[in-house]
This record gives sequence, C-alpha cells and structure tokens, in this order.
Amino acid sequence: MVGRKNIINNIDWITIILYVIMVFFGWVNIYAAVYNEEHQSILDFSQRYGKQLIWISASVVLIILIFLIDSKFYSFFSYPIYGVFLILLVAVLIFGKQIHGAKSWIELGPVKLQPSEFTKFATNMALAQFLSAYNISIKKFKNLVIALVIIFVPAFLILLQNDTGSALVYSVFVLVLYREGLSANLLFIALLVAILFVSSLLVNKLYIIVALITLAIIVYYFVTLRKKLFFKTIIILLVSIVIVIGLNYVLKLQLQNYYLLIIALIVAGALFSIYAYRYKLKNSFIVFLILIGSIAFTFSVDYFYNNILVDHQRRRINILLGLETDPLGIGYNVNQSKIAIGSGGFSGKGFLQGTQTKYNFVPEQSTDFIFCTVGEEWGFIGSFGVIVLFSLLLIRLILLAERQRSSYSRIYGYGVVGIIFFHFIINIGMTIGITPVIGIPLPFFSYGGSSLWSFTILLFIFLKLDASRFELLW
Amino acid sequence: MESYANRKYLIIVLVVLISLIYSIRLLSLQVLDLSYKLSADNNATRYVAQYPARGRIYDRRNRLLVYNEAAYDLLVIPNQMNAFDTTELCSIIDFTKEELLVQIQKARKYSYYKPSVIVKQLSAKVYAVLQEKIYKYQGFFVQTRTLRKYPLKTASHILGYLGEVDENIIKNSKYYKIGDYIGINGIEKSYEEELRGVRGVKIYLVDVHNRIKGSYKDGKYDKQAIAGNNLVLSIDEKLQEYGEKLMQNKIGSIVVIEPETGEILALISSPTYNPELLVGRVKSINYSKLVNDSLKPLFNRALMAQYPPGSTFKIVNGLIGLKEKIIKPSSRFRCSFGYRVGNFYQACHHDTAFNLISAIQNSCNAYFSMAFRNILDDKKMKNISESLENWRRDVISLGLGNKLNCDLPNEVNGFIPSAKFYDRRYGRGRWKSLMLVAMGIGQGELLTTPIQMANLAAIIANRGFYYTPHIVKKIEGKDLIDQRFLVKRYTLFDSSQYKVIIEGMDKAVNGGYGSTAVYAALPNIRICGKTGTAENPHGEDHSIFMAFAPKDNPKIAIAVYVENGGYGATWAAPITSLMIEKYLCDTISRKYYENRILEANLLDRGRKEKHN
Repeated sequence: MVGRKNIINNIDWITIILYVIMVFFGWVNIYAAVYNEEHQSILDFSQRYGKQLIWISASVVLIILIFLIDSKFYSFFSYPIYGVFLILLVAVLIFGKQIHGAKSWIELGPVKLQPSEFTKFATNMALAQFLSAYNISIKKFKNLVIALVIIFVPAFLILLQNDTGSALVYSVFVLVLYREGLSANLLFIALLVAILFVSSLLVNKLYIIVALITLAIIVYYFVTLRKKLFFKTIIILLVSIVIVIGLNYVLKLQLQNYYLLIIALIVAGALFSIYAYRYKLKNSFIVFLILIGSIAFTFSVDYFYNNILVDHQRRRINILLGLETDPLGIGYNVNQSKIAIGSGGFSGKGFLQGTQTKYNFVPEQSTDFIFCTVGEEWGFIGSFGVIVLFSLLLIRLILLAERQRSSYSRIYGYGVVGIIFFHFIINIGMTIGITPVIGIPLPFFSYGGSSLWSFTILLFIFLKLDASRFELLW
Repeated sequence: MESYANRKYLIIVLVVLISLIYSIRLLSLQVLDLSYKLSADNNATRYVAQYPARGRIYDRRNRLLVYNEAAYDLLVIPNQMNAFDTTELCSIIDFTKEELLVQIQKARKYSYYKPSVIVKQLSAKVYAVLQEKIYKYQGFFVQTRTLRKYPLKTASHILGYLGEVDENIIKNSKYYKIGDYIGINGIEKSYEEELRGVRGVKIYLVDVHNRIKGSYKDGKYDKQAIAGNNLVLSIDEKLQEYGEKLMQNKIGSIVVIEPETGEILALISSPTYNPELLVGRVKSINYSKLVNDSLKPLFNRALMAQYPPGSTFKIVNGLIGLKEKIIKPSSRFRCSFGYRVGNFYQACHHDTAFNLISAIQNSCNAYFSMAFRNILDDKKMKNISESLENWRRDVISLGLGNKLNCDLPNEVNGFIPSAKFYDRRYGRGRWKSLMLVAMGIGQGELLTTPIQMANLAAIIANRGFYYTPHIVKKIEGKDLIDQRFLVKRYTLFDSSQYKVIIEGMDKAVNGGYGSTAVYAALPNIRICGKTGTAENPHGEDHSIFMAFAPKDNPKIAIAVYVENGGYGATWAAPITSLMIEKYLCDTISRKYYENRILEANLLDRGRKEKHN
C-alpha cells in the first residue's frame, strides 16, 4: 500500500479545486434557475437542485471508486468497456425511452440514464488504447481509418437515436488525432469542408464565393514566387469579370450574380492554367484547384441537401443549425437567452433575483441554458469567471496530458480536453448567439445525473492516470 | 517516433483565443449594449391595469341614480387550454357551441400565450355558477370589470352612457388604452374626468407563458387606482320621473330650471329609453335599435331640437319694444282679426285695441307684428340693418341664438338672423321690415331650443339676469362647481320692463275666460306663462309653453314642448301646470287633469300630413 500515499500526493489538486468550484457554482445556479418560493429547502428532492445534490454525492462515490481501481485496469479494459457501451447504445435504440424527440434514455427503476453521455469516455479510452499501441502511426492510412471507425461507430449510433448534438461531439476527436500527428493539410481540408457545408446552408452563395476568391487570392499571393505574374493574373480575373457582367447587361441574359462570377472565374482560370503550365507554378495551380473544388462543393451541398437527403434528414440538419428549433420562430430561444444574459449587466441582478431565467423565458434553463442564469444573476463578473475557469481547466489539462509518460494517458488526456472544450464552445456559444443551438450540456454546470457523472468519470480517470504516472513505464 | 509536442501550443492558443472571443462578446452583451436590459423589463413584468370605481351619481335630494355593479369577463389563454366539456361551458355562458369555437379560434389567432376575451360582462349570477366549475376549464379565467347600474331607470338623456374607446380617442389621449370605457354622452361624457378616477397599475412578474408568478418588488412600483368622484345633480328625481311620465307617448321635451341658481331641476326628452339598455352585452343590439327608431329616442330634444319659438317670442319683442321706447305699456294697437298691410295679411282672432299687457294675455298677432315693424323701422336708427342688429343684440343678451354652454354635451345654437343673413338672402338694402314681420310673432327664420326657452323663463322670473343652466350641483371632494355657473349674467333690459311683461304673462294664465293659458292656472300658486305654437312644415304645429312660478319670489322656471301638439294651450300648458304643482306642492290636486295627459297618445300625429 505504498502507492496509496503516493497517489494522494500525486493527485493534481489544482484540477480538483477547479472541479469543485465548477460543480458548486453550477449547483448554485441550478438552485436559482428552478427556485420558487414554495420549495425553499435545498434538500427538497422533488426539485432539481435537490436531485442534483444526490448526483453530486454519487459523483464523490464515483471519484473514490475511480481512485481505488488500479490504473492498469483502464487501459487493459478499454476495448471491453467500449464494446459494452456500444451494445448499450444499440439496446437504447431498441428498448430506449424517447424524451424531447431523442430516443437516448434507459430507464432503470427511478433512474434514467443516457448511455450516449458515457460512451464519450469509453470511446476516448478505446481511441487512446488503439493509438498508444506499439508502432501505430496515424500517418498510415489504414490506421487513420481504424481510428475514425472507432470514433464514428458510436457517433453513428447516437445519430440514429436522433440526438444529433451529442453525435457531433465525436468530431472533436480530430483534435486528438491532430496532436498525435494527423497531417495538418488533411485537417485543413476537413475543416474547410465542414465550414463550407454549414455556411452554404446558412449564407448566401454569392458571399461564400466572394469570400473564397478573396481567400484564394491572399493565399496565392503568399505561395507564388513571381509577384509580377500575380498581378497579371489578378488583372485577367478582373477583366473577365467586367466582360462577363457587361455581356450579361448588354445581352439581357439576366443571370444571377454568382453565376456571372463563376463564369468569369472559369474564363480567367483557363488563361491562368496556360501561365501556370508554362511557368511551372505548381503551388498556385493547387490553390486554384482547391478554389474551384470548394465552389463546386458549395453547389453540390445544395444539390445533396435538396435532392438526396430525405425530409427527416433535412429536418435534423435544420435543427442542428438552429433553423428549426423554436416553436416561436427562428431565433426566439437565442434572443431570449441573449436578453437574459445581457440584462445581467456588469455585476448581475444578484442571487435569485433573475427574472428571465426564473420565469421560463429561457428554455431548458437548468440544463442546456444554465449559462443564462449565470449571466443574468452574476453579470459579466460571473460569466467571465466561468470562462476563465474553463480555460484554466483546459490549459491545466493540456499541461497534465503533456507530462504523461505513457502515450495512452496523454491521448486520453487530450480526449478529455477535446470533449470539454467542444461542450464549452458550443454550449456557451449558443447562449450568446455565436454558435447554432445544439442541445448539449455545459460540463459540471448543467443539471442532470448522466451528464455530471460522465464528465466526472471522464475527468477523474485521467486524474487517476496522472496520479499514477510514475508507477508505470510503458 | 516523431514528436508532435509542439502542437500543444496551437491547441492552447485555440483555447485562449476562443475564451477571449467569448469574453469580448459577453462584455458587449452585458456591459456595453443597454438594449437587453430594456427587453428584459418588458419580458418579465406584466402591467395589469387597476380600474377605479367610476363615481356614483345622485340627485339633489341624494337619491341614487347611478352606481356600479361588478361584471365579469371570461378570458382564455389558448395554449393553457385542455380538452373540456364544451356543452357545459356553453350552457353556463349561454353560447352555442359554434359561437364558442369561433371565439376560441379568434383567441388562437390573436395569440397562444396572451389572454383574449371570450365573453364580456357576465352577470354576478352567471359568474357564481362559472366560478364553481372553472377549475375544469384550464386556461380560462375571469376578470372583474364594473358596469353602470340605474336603480330608478330615469334621466337617460342627462346621464348618458359609456362606450369602449375607439382608435381616435386612444391616439389623441395619453390616458386611454384599448378596452377602456369612456363617457359617450350626457354627464358621463361632460364629467368624464371627474367620474372616471385615475387608473392604477399592478406590476406582476410573469413567466414566458404569461403566468403570474408574484408581484414585482413587493408592489413597490404599483399604483393604487383612485376612485372617481361622486356627483350630485341638481335635478329632482321625483320631478324628472313625473315629467317623463307626463311625456309618455308624446314627442317633445321639458326643461325645468331653478331661477335663482340656474340649476336644472328636470330635463326631459321624449321619447326616452331605459338607460340599462345601453349597458353590457346587450348594448350593441339595443343601440342600433334605438338609432334606427323613427322617433329618435337617443336624440336629446331638450338641448338639440331647434324649433321656431312661436308666440312665446312675443314677450321678447315686447321687452325690446319697451326698451327702445317703441311701445309704452299704455300704448294700444288695433287688431281687426289680423294685421293687414297692402297684400300682406297676418291672421288674428280679435277685434279690439290692445295695450302690451292685454296683447300678451291674448297673444295678439297683430299687436306684435306692428310692434316688431316699428322696432325695425325705428327713426333713431340709420337704417333697418342697424335696427335689426340692435334688436339682435338684445335678443342674444337673453341667452338665445348661442349655446348656453351648460354642462351637458351637444347643445346647439339656435338661430337669430342677422342683417348679414338678409343681405345674403335678398341683397344689401333690398329687404324691408314687412318681409321680416313673421319674426314679430316668433315664426320665420327664428330657431330656439327648449333649454334656451326655459332659461328665458328664468330670466323673466329673475327680472333680468340668469345663471348659466347646469345640472351638476356638487362634485364630491371639491368645494366648487365650475366658475362659469357662478357668474350672474345680466341682460340688456331693465327690471321695470320685465314687470310689464310679467303682468301680461300673469294675465295670460290667470286672466280668466279668453286668456290664452287658462289651462295652466293653479288655484293656490300664481303662475306666469306664455303659450306658443310653432309652425311645423312636416305636420301639426308644436305646442309650446313657458312659465315661471310663483309670480313673486319664483322658485321654478319651465319650458314645455309637445311636438305636433297643436296650440300651446292644448298640451304644453297643462303639462307645465302639473309640473309646477308637482314641484311646489308635491301632490297633484287635479287627477282628471293628470289622467288626460297621461292617457294622451300623440305619437302618430307627427306622421300625418298637416291638415289645413
């Protein structure tokens, strides 16, 4: 039992303190969000704050259990645990209970659990186990595919549960792959595809094309070595744009603006290809091809969305992008949420003094929109505090991950960082109107046993691994 | 194995960058942009108007004329509604199922989250039934309003009625909001600001579904409603009721004024209507019925009907003749069954020479035709225009030709023609006194209203002054009524001139056989009066009588109009006599007399063509 003492000494207390502050502050805000004068006792277990106290107590038990289990257990049982949760996900699809349109709940007597929450750490373990195996390089195409399969199988099952938000979380494992050596170019292309897909559904095509062309020109300027040629090609482009627009006007063709732009681009591109070929401008030519590819992709998204996707799939994308969530019209929820946060001012209305969240103007005020209560009652001081807490936690976790000796622990650590980071970006982003409304909880803050436990397990397995980092050298 | 440890920096930078972006966004949202704070206030608070009780109205002897009764509006918030027993609810509120569904559909169309009225102004009885069952109808609730109640159901034209404010009123006023009630007519209109009180407000915190969660800051910013002031009217309800009874089945009006104060003791316009017809849910149906009634019961004849004054106007010309020294009390004019000048002939009934007093007593057309011509052709004046203007000034000083500006709405001016009027009609300098001679006996272009004639009776009773007639005696909580009712207004005549006229009016009533108004005489009260018969192109003449009593120290001045009643003596004079007796003695000594009036039905006369 020498290790026991070591473990207590080696535990990262900074992270634990941050965890305790977040859980406590989260509970305070759940209390405020559902507070009403009839149920004032904090131990009223019919109320959400009462229940959350139970979940928190249970979390303490979970933490102790996690620390009692040998650290080797986690890496050793990564695949079996992953397998169990995949089976659970399938089981949910068959036996699950539907809440808010998502069939993602399992009922065990009085307790309702959401396996998809727990699959996050299981997937993280499996991914870590796979990538940390000896002689595995992500650069190999085969390995990349296997890693992606590990990631996307649970994501796909969750998608089938109609819980698009939770499924989307799995995309964050790309961050882990990046840290483990995924090609930056590949990442760039993946990012470009994702951004183009979302923006082509949300934004006017013309703006996208103009933005892409501008971006391409800037990149072209930096990659080309012969600046004279750069200006020549720009002039060709401008001239062809003017000619095309002029022709459209004279011949009264009445083509839409973005078609004109594309025609001009193709004309200029043909001329440019000749230059590129003659002067061997390989880099510039790649930029041009990517530009054409992106534009083609933008239009194919439209086609894909309108002709290939069926109605309920379209609906799901719409919901994901916040185009269809609110019964009271697009933007209602976000607007109410912004009003709640904005009305908090610099120092907030004070504990229990919030009106927007307490009186149900904000939807899901104790779960997905808990940040509104923070913003309204604690003001900028409180909401800024939460952001500082999260960035401190994330940076601390990155540093912890980097100090791991085993790559399993490091990869697992980055998985924790990624998952928390993703939830942080999306959850707070949607309440302040930056990201689409995707219903995922704010880690450690939002009400709900499944969410609190899954984040606790996720985090504390890593802390256990970290605390025992000296025990293992493999 | 290649190490990618440097990639941690990019990830850290990403964390910091996003935290920074979010912090800046929060700073702008929470600290820099103030608009969200305003939105929040509107979001979470609901201002519920607290309607003050409207002032009650009493008569001069503190008999209650108008009070308030609670009425109950049934409202619904559609999204809180559940399936319920429509048949039962329909039977309670007396709706058909279709009507109810239409109302609910309307409410849905307006808003799912905000309350809409399903049915307005349910009675306390219906409310009692509803209240027991309302728990079954989720989403429905009841809001209390008040309705006017009229225990005595009289004086409708005086009291007026209430109506919902329209868009125009809302636009032009800071006070009124949609759904408010406002006085539309009568003293409800003219004393609207006294009666309505000041609306208060209660601020509630509500949730997104508009459910009340409690009061805002413990009611710190609530404003208590201030009840409206009660009004005490100058009318004597008994007299008013009696007058309305006498006028039943007749068209016309009675105005009774207390000469020494200008207070209106009774103001009757007939036909009248039950004031309760214009209250509550039945209002709109009844209102259109009343508007379309050919007898125009909503038309307040006492203030708005303009008639030629007929022979009652002779006393005006008598006064002016005396003042301008055209006639002396002793000077006589000859009447030989009329007044004849060239081709002109004004019929009359006498074959004797009259002095002023006996001319009034016998209402001699010839006398006043001659007198009026002499006034117009007065040698002292430059020309007829000047003498007409001079005459007109005298007439107007008697409160004729302009609104009296009493405290009831919709008064009209009447008409006293000016020289300009005749210049326009005949051309400048192309009209002569003979062309105007009909005005000598109150016909022609002259128009006056019943209230003006009652006021004229008051002026004569006072021997030369009047207070602007008014109907509100006291506003509770205020020491004084409007200043304009406290000013003694003098006429351009001398009390000695009135004395002569009064003698004539006395004789007309009490002069015995042959006097024009013997039907008005009372054994124990000396009434002075003058009959009038207004020519009416549409039917039989209007019967007019104006009087005051007693002769010395008068207590009552009165004008009575009975449309199509024929001679003034036939209907107006006896009605006047009964009204005076009722007011001064409180009992009617001549029951047969009263019965004759009560049983008379003159409504059809107006529809017959005039029989010459």
